[in-house]
Amino acid sequence: MRTEEGLKTEIFVDVIERLTVVIGANGSLMRADVQGEVRMKCFLPSSTEIRMGLNEEFSIGKADIRGYAAAVKVDECSFHQSVNLDEFESDRILRVVPPQGELTVMQYSLSDDLPVSLPFRLFPTVDKDTDSNRLMVYLKLRCDLSPKSQALNVTVHLPVPKGTTSLSQELSSPDQRAELDSVTRSVHWTIPRFHGGSQLSALFKLEVPGLSASSLLELGPVCMQFELPMSTCSGLQVRFLRVSSTHPPLPHRWVRYVTHSDSYVIRL
Amino acid sequence: MPYSGSEEIVKELRRSLCNPNVQADRLRCRNVVLRVIRYMSQGLDVSGLFMEMVKAGATLDIVQKKLVYLYMCTYAALKPNLALLAINTLRKDCTDPNPMVRGLALRSMCSFRMPGISEYIQQPVLNGLRDKASYVRRAAVLGCAKMQTLQGDTEIDGAVVNELYAMLRDPDPIVMVNCLRALEEILKHEGGVVINKPIAHHLLNRMKDLDHWGQSEVLAYLVRYKTRTEDEVFTILNVLDGFLKSSQPNVVMATTKLFLLLSEDFPHVQIDILERVKGPLLAICTSECHELCFLGLCHAREILRSSPGHFSGHYKKFFCMYSEPNYIKYQKMEILRELVNDENVQQILEELQTYCTDVSVELAQMAILNIGRIARTYSERCLVILKGLLGLKQEHITSAVIQTFHDLVWLCPQCTANVCQALPGCEENIQDSEGKQALIWLLGMHGEQVPNAPYILEEFVDSVKMETSAAVKMELITAMVRLFLSRPAECQDVLGRLLYYVIEEELDMAVRDRGLLYYRLLQQGIEEVKRVVCGPKSDPSLDVISGQANEAVSAWSKGFNTLIPIYGREQWDRLTAQKGDSLEILQGSAVKANEIDTKPEQREEMSRDSGSVSLLTSAHLSPEQFEERWTLLEAAKVVTVDWHKDSCPDAIQTAFQFVHIQLVAISRAGVQPWKAYLFAKNETGSLFLIELLTVKGKRDMQITVKQANSNEQLLNNFIAIVKSVIQTLGETKG
Repeated sequence: MRTEEGLKTEIFVDVIERLTVVIGANGSLMRADVQGEVRMKCFLPSSTEIRMGLNEEFSIGKADIRGYAAAVKVDECSFHQSVNLDEFESDRILRVVPPQGELTVMQYSLSDDLPVSLPFRLFPTVDKDTDSNRLMVYLKLRCDLSPKSQALNVTVHLPVPKGTTSLSQELSSPDQRAELDSVTRSVHWTIPRFHGGSQLSALFKLEVPGLSASSLLELGPVCMQFELPMSTCSGLQVRFLRVSSTHPPLPHRWVRYVTHSDSYVIRL
Repeated sequence: MPYSGSEEIVKELRRSLCNPNVQADRLRCRNVVLRVIRYMSQGLDVSGLFMEMVKAGATLDIVQKKLVYLYMCTYAALKPNLALLAINTLRKDCTDPNPMVRGLALRSMCSFRMPGISEYIQQPVLNGLRDKASYVRRAAVLGCAKMQTLQGDTEIDGAVVNELYAMLRDPDPIVMVNCLRALEEILKHEGGVVINKPIAHHLLNRMKDLDHWGQSEVLAYLVRYKTRTEDEVFTILNVLDGFLKSSQPNVVMATTKLFLLLSEDFPHVQIDILERVKGPLLAICTSECHELCFLGLCHAREILRSSPGHFSGHYKKFFCMYSEPNYIKYQKMEILRELVNDENVQQILEELQTYCTDVSVELAQMAILNIGRIARTYSERCLVILKGLLGLKQEHITSAVIQTFHDLVWLCPQCTANVCQALPGCEENIQDSEGKQALIWLLGMHGEQVPNAPYILEEFVDSVKMETSAAVKMELITAMVRLFLSRPAECQDVLGRLLYYVIEEELDMAVRDRGLLYYRLLQQGIEEVKRVVCGPKSDPSLDVISGQANEAVSAWSKGFNTLIPIYGREQWDRLTAQKGDSLEILQGSAVKANEIDTKPEQREEMSRDSGSVSLLTSAHLSPEQFEERWTLLEAAKVVTVDWHKDSCPDAIQTAFQFVHIQLVAISRAGVQPWKAYLFAKNETGSLFLIELLTVKGKRDMQITVKQANSNEQLLNNFIAIVKSVIQTLGETKG
C-alpha cells in the first residue's frame, strides 16, 4: 500500500566505519582498528538486481604479499547471505537483489596498518605550580585530514585530578566551548567544525587544592569523539552502482561515506 | 489508568462508527477505527465499542479488518459473550478467496484468549493446514499449538501431531520451521519434537532456503539428533560448514554449538572448530551492540576454560574502550588476565595500569585485583606497578592494593619481603573494612619484617572503640596475638589493653568470645599459644588448585549458545527451577479452576489465614487420644455459621486439610444429626479440637472449639480460619 502513492525510487549505499585508536604517551600508535559496514537502503518498486563495484585493488587478508598496489586492504570481510560473489574474485563486483528497506551487504575489519594517517594528533604540555595549587594544561590539537575535508562535532574529554575545583580557559575561537563536568571529573572541550590541516589550541588552568606529584597521574587519557563526513579510513570506495531496471523512471542513486570515532584515546 | 473525559470520547467514537455517512466512505471509516486503536494503545478503555467494531470488521478493506481484529484480540478475554458474535465473521473470513484475509482471520481467531473458543477454531485450523496458500498454512500450524494450549492437560491429538510431522515436508520453509516450533510446544511434556534420521536429513537439505532466524532455530533442534556412525558426523559437518562463517552471529553460535556436540568423540576436530570460529567470535566481541559484545565475551571465557591461550595473539582486541559500560570492561579485563603470556605481558600490564586510575572506583579496584592475579606468575613486574599505585595515596586504590597483597603473599611467599617494604604509610589511607582487615592480617602474619608494625597496630587498638566492623576487630585480636609471639616486648602492653577492652566492654558476642579464647589460651602458656596460633604462613599449593586445569570442551559445550555462560551454571539452575514451579502452578490453577470445589483465590485466602496461626502440617493424634482430650477440656468457644446444604465428607476433609486441620472422624453424608471431629496442632504446642454439628431442620452449623493451652488471641485467629473454610465450602457448588 505504500507503493500505491508512488514513492520516489531511490537507493542509498552507506559506507560507515568505526575507528578505535589508542596512542601512547610517547606518541606511538598502540592500537588502531577500523570496523566498517556497507549498508544499502533500497526503495525500489520491484526486486531488481544491483551491481556494486568496489576498488579494483581491494584485497582481503594479511597473507597477501605487500605489492605495489594493495592500497585498500582489509583483514576480514563477510558478506550477507544473499550477495552473489561470482564476479567478486575477478572484478570486485557484488551482485545483490535487495529487499525493501535496509540490508547490510558487507562487513569488514582492519587493524594495525591503516593506509591513511590518523585524523588527530595531540601535543600536550602540562605545568604544575605547587605554590598556588594550579595545574596548567596546554593542548595543541592538529588535524591531519586533507585540507578539503573536515571533522564535525569534535569533543575532547580530559579527565582531571579528583579535587579540581575550578577551570579557567583560553580558547582560540568563539564557537568552541569548554566546561568542567564534576560528575565525570573531566573537562569537555567541544569544537563544532575542525578543518583538515589546521591546528587548534586551548589553555586550561585547573585549581587543585592539595596538588601533589601523584595528581599528574590522574590527568587521565584524553578521549575524543568526532565524525568525519565523506571520508573513510580504509580507503574503500564504491566505484559504481548499477541498477538493472529497464523501465523509467531511473532510480536516484546515492553513495555516502562516514567515519565515526568508536574510542579515540590519547594517553598523556 | 484513569483517563479524564473517557466517556465522552467513547460516546463520540460510537456516534462516528454508527454514522451511515462514515460507513459509506471507506477512508473516513478507516480513520475512525484508527482513532479507536490509538486510544486503546494509550490505555483508554474502549471495550464498550465492541459491537460497533464487530460490524466495522465486515468490510472489504483489509487494513480496516486488521485493525478491527487487533481490537478484538485485545478485548476478547474481557467480553467473551460479544466475542462469540464476532466468531461468525471470522469463520466466514477463513473461507475468503483472498489468502491474506484467510491467514489474518485464522491468526486472529487463534489469538482470542477466551474459554470456549477451542470448539470454534478447530475446523478452520484443520482446513488451514491444507490450504493452497503458504501464508495461511503458516498461521494454521501455529494455530494447532495454540489449540493444544487452550485445551490444557487433555490428551494430545495424535492426528494433529502426525499431520504436523508430515508438514515438515512442506515446500514453504517458514511452514517447516513453524511446524517444528508447534510440535515442540505440543509435545512439551514428552520432551519436545523428535528428530529422527529422515527428518534430520531433510532439515539439513533445506537449511539454505531458510532465513537466518530459521537457520539458528533448526540448528538448535539438530542438536537433539543422535548420529550413528562416524561418517554421518563428518557428512553433517561438511554440509553445514559454510554456516560457521556466516555473517549472522546467531547462526555462527548455533553452528559452533552443534559442531562441538557432534564431535564430542573427536577432540582434535573440536580444537579445529574452535580455531576456525575465532574470527567470527572476535567480530562479535568487538561489535558495536553492547549486548552482543557482552555475550561474545562470556562465550570467549567459556572457550578459554578449555584452551587458555586461544586468543593470545589477538589480545589487543580485548583492550577496553573508553565509552563501554563497566560490565563489558570487567569481562574484558578477566579475559586479558587469562591471555597473559611471556610475549604480551608487558603490554597487557601497561594497559591494566592505565585502568587503575580510572574515574570509576569499581573499575579501578577490579583492574588492581586483576593485576594481582597476574602477579602470581609475573611477580616482580606487577609488584613494581602495585607499589607505584600506593604512591597515589587514594583510598580506594590503596585498599585494593593491600587486599591484593594479602592474596599474593599467601600464594607466593617469595614476594613477602617486597610487600612488607611497602606497608608502612598505608594505614593513613585506608577507610573501608576489607582494606583494614587485609592490612591488619599482613601486619600480624609478617610483622617481624615490618619495623613499626606494633605501632601501627597500636593505633588501630586505640581506635577500636570507634570501629564498627566486627570482622576488623576479630582480625585485630588475632593479629595482635601473632605479633606478640614474635615481638613480645613491644606488644605486651597493647595486647593487654585490647584484651581488656574486648572482654569487658565489647558488645558483640563473637568478638568477645574470640578475645576470651585468646586470653584463656595465653593463660596456658606461650608454648601452647605458639602451637595453636602459628600456622603456615603461605600455601603455594593453593594456587595450583585454584588455577584450573584445562577442562574438556564437553564440560561447557552443552551450555554454549544459551544463557548459561552469562549467569553461570548454579544461578541458572536456580532460576529455572523457580520459574518451572511458578509456570506449573499458573497452568494448574487455570485448568483446575473449573473442576474443584474451592476457587483458587479462596484457597489462597485460606492458606494465608492458616499462616497466622502457624499450624503444623504433620500433626498426629489418634482417635483415643482425641476422645480423651475432648472429655477433659471445656469448650472454649461455640460459634454458629449458616449452612444450607448437605454435607459432603470428602470436600470437607480436603478443604480442612488445605489449612492443616486434620480430620479424626466424620459422619456419612445424610446421617442426622451430622457431626465431624477435627484437630490441629500449633507450632508452639497448642492443641485445638473442633466439633462440627448440623441438625436437620436448622439451617446452620455449630462449631465447638476446645483449646489445650488457653490463649485468647490464638483461639480467635483459629476460629476465624475455621469459619472462613466453612463459609467457602458453603458458597461453592457442592
